[in-house]
Amino acid sequence: MTTIAAAPDAALMSDVRPKSTGLPRVAELAVYLALGTLFGIVLTKAQVVSWFRIQEMFRFQAFHMFGVLGSAVLTAGLSLQLIRRFGTRAMDGSEISIPPKSMGRGTPYWLGGSLFGLGWALVGACPGPLLAVLGSGVTVFLVPIISAMVGTWLYGHLRPRLPH
Amino acid sequence: MQADDVMRVWPWYIAGPLIGLFVPALLLVGNRMFGISSNLRHACAAVLPARAEFFRYDWRRIGGWNLAFAVGILLGGVIVALTTAPGATMQLSAAAHDSMASLGVTDFSGVVPRELFSWSALTTLRGVVMMVGGGLLIGFGTAYAGGCTSGHAISGLADLQLPSLVATLGFFAGGLLGTWVVLPLLLGA
Repeated sequence: MTTIAAAPDAALMSDVRPKSTGLPRVAELAVYLALGTLFGIVLTKAQVVSWFRIQEMFRFQAFHMFGVLGSAVLTAGLSLQLIRRFGTRAMDGSEISIPPKSMGRGTPYWLGGSLFGLGWALVGACPGPLLAVLGSGVTVFLVPIISAMVGTWLYGHLRPRLPH
Repeated sequence: MQADDVMRVWPWYIAGPLIGLFVPALLLVGNRMFGISSNLRHACAAVLPARAEFFRYDWRRIGGWNLAFAVGILLGGVIVALTTAPGATMQLSAAAHDSMASLGVTDFSGVVPRELFSWSALTTLRGVVMMVGGGLLIGFGTAYAGGCTSGHAISGLADLQLPSLVATLGFFAGGLLGTWVVLPLLLGA
């Protein structure tokens, strides 16, 4: 990889050890497809995919979104504590490990994060919800989805010149 | 308006914990870390000509599971749409309803305001800024920050990772700027 040790994607790239559910590849993908479908249903039913709800959140005009995010973090955090406490292993028997993110100078997090947040407010959807809105039949959401791909592509090419 | 025309929203105390459970579920199923935005990178690696080192990796092996998860999210949207009365309206707080009306939104049916998000809106500057500009910022920002709402604000915060807290504060700083400054300018309110 590159010499930028503190790059945020170090975690993703260091995470290349073979992993599997122990299932055949097609069955494995079907499991993730099913989980994704459930996730899409929850996101859409809770309306967190809605531009209206995101506006309501950033204007502090309802508790809904804060409740969703807060209780999601709490549930996920408690689950991680339990997994650690009991040394629970993944389905294939491997030890559960979460690659830590390195802070570096922190520029990617506050600068990249702010740029992302601005886009989030304009489009009213983050990456998961973008897909759910398209699935709901709002075909024009192909435009922000493809634009987001282009944005990621631009980052990939500018990366060596950006502060990390 | 009839009661059936309202899109019933799942309460936060049901939806939030369900969303949070995807973190342990993905870890237990295949030792995978919940995070959606990596899919933008995998999709680039898969379909766009990528000379940059950032996209040179085996996207099938590293990202296959997540791309399947992403397709599922889209399917989930389809399933909910098929089981929801078309034209049902959002029930927002009165304050939010008024704020959005003052931005010129009159149609509160569907998950997004059609006045702002339609193919014909793309012929206007504000439509291009919102959909193309917003999309570019989402994709660039999340790749730079190394995660989005799911990877940082949920997985990262749940794992008490400081970088994720910084990123989440950034998400809100940018979101507040977009909501209170950029959108009112764009929508002329």
